[in-house]
Amino acid sequence: MVPVECYFVLSALLFFIGVFGFVTRRNLIAMLISIELVLNAVDINFAAFNRLLFPGEFEGFFMTLFSIGVSAAESAVAIAIIINVYRNFKSDSVESITNMKG
Amino acid sequence: MNYSQFLNMIPEATLMLALVLVFFADFALYKSERKTFVLGVLTGALLLCQLVPCFLAEPATAFGGMYVSSPIVNVMKTILTLGTFIVVVMSQKWMASNTKLSGEFYMLVLSTLLGMYMMMSAGHFLLFFLGLEMASVPMACLVAFDRYKKKSAEAAAKYILTATFSSGVMLYGISFLYGAVGTLYFDDMAASIELTPLTIMGMVFFFSGLGFKISLVPFHFWTADTYEGAPTPITGYLSVVSKGAATLTLAIILMHVFGRLVEYWEPLLWIVIMLTITVGNLFAIRQTELKRFMAFSSISQAGYIMLAVIGNSAQSLTALTFYVLVYVAANMAVFTVISAVEESNGGRTDMAAYNGLYATNPKLSLLMTLALFSLAGIPPFAGMFSKFFVFMAAVGGHESAPFWPYFVVFIALINTVVSLYYYLLIVKAMYITKTEEPLPTFKNGAAINWSLAICTIGILLFGVCSCIYEWIDKAAVAL
Repeated sequence: MVPVECYFVLSALLFFIGVFGFVTRRNLIAMLISIELVLNAVDINFAAFNRLLFPGEFEGFFMTLFSIGVSAAESAVAIAIIINVYRNFKSDSVESITNMKG
Repeated sequence: MNYSQFLNMIPEATLMLALVLVFFADFALYKSERKTFVLGVLTGALLLCQLVPCFLAEPATAFGGMYVSSPIVNVMKTILTLGTFIVVVMSQKWMASNTKLSGEFYMLVLSTLLGMYMMMSAGHFLLFFLGLEMASVPMACLVAFDRYKKKSAEAAAKYILTATFSSGVMLYGISFLYGAVGTLYFDDMAASIELTPLTIMGMVFFFSGLGFKISLVPFHFWTADTYEGAPTPITGYLSVVSKGAATLTLAIILMHVFGRLVEYWEPLLWIVIMLTITVGNLFAIRQTELKRFMAFSSISQAGYIMLAVIGNSAQSLTALTFYVLVYVAANMAVFTVISAVEESNGGRTDMAAYNGLYATNPKLSLLMTLALFSLAGIPPFAGMFSKFFVFMAAVGGHESAPFWPYFVVFIALINTVVSLYYYLLIVKAMYITKTEEPLPTFKNGAAINWSLAICTIGILLFGVCSCIYEWIDKAAVAL
């Protein structure tokens, strides 16, 4: 059986790739994709911990399922907002939406 | 399944009912010319009715401990419902120019409030997470509500991206805690949490995730842009109601779930609070846009709210809740004035618009001054009492007289003086600064007047009537 550390390393990698992408990408859609990576890291963590450390319970799996559902709702709203940004600014890059300064 | 459990969550059930009622009313009135007005009155009336179940709710649990409503949470629900009521009242004038989507607006406001209820009375991290998302996803829609304004779209994009990112970080922390402890129930986790690197890491991730929501300082970058771009009533809603719910939840989780790790989260809080108050204040000084100014002011106020938590006692929860109550009154008054000026003068929210306001609109200037004095903490007004209780709670709760809590309170005290300076800048603009063309005299309309009246009563009475503090205190001690 794959030891729990492997899952842990995989999810940590995914998480930090997501954080790195969120900080460095200059495109709203790419930032959203990076956030999805972060959320997937969380899902892997919950599922792996539940399966390997606490078999016989389902709390982690439930959390995974709910987090997948909620993140879908979040991305739906985020994409709607990004479309609205695109309509207003004719662009979806981060540089174009820096009107407010101070 | 035992459906009678739903009777233990009456505030949520009645709010849900209100949401459904507004939904059907929107349906029934879709052709009516007075739709916006009727829906606004209906939502306001339902929120007023909602105060009763929140006020009378008994402490209860449901669904095997997933839902726990303690007395202090019920008090906070009452306060936040009052805040939401004020938001609905003050948004009338703005809504009048947005009639097509008024039903959606009220439904979104009610559903964010429902999410906050859920978040505060969660007894399990799953319900907490769902409540948090239920509060923040519709909030993003509210921020984006002015669809044809560039600023609103920009603010909403920044808000939704940081909100999802922060909930991802927070969930990552929760997954560590789950791996270390093996349960997600607050009570079980509090009983079996151990001091290991994994739990500390989980706690830090969790804290930073919620720090984004409250806009504590290393995580505050989205705040100013979002507050400036959002429609003014929504900015008020974000800065008061949403912040109040998140702070109480964070306080309860820190004190209850992480009770055993207290020597690790207390230093964290000291640093974050000192940074939050100082940075918020220093950035507020150089703002010339009033909504942006209020954003930084609300960052530093968030620091004051969290200051109560470092006492780690029942008194902390009392002080925190009381601070939020007073903050609701004072901040809502300021945002109502901003909204009134904005709606009557073609969307002006810059500080120069307020030059000489006293000459043309003396009553409005006077109320604005009262609210700003209360925010700064000048004695006869409620703000002074709430700050006093927060400072007392922060240094109390320790056996000996420790150095660091006193030091943090000292920094907070100095910052009170700084904040007085920049709040007075607006007062100076209104009363003293001479200008060629002050804003013309304008009429507020009934809704704005009602909202201002409620806020002013709050500013004048919440501090002086000790029964309010005692009511909150009784609830906090009963936790």
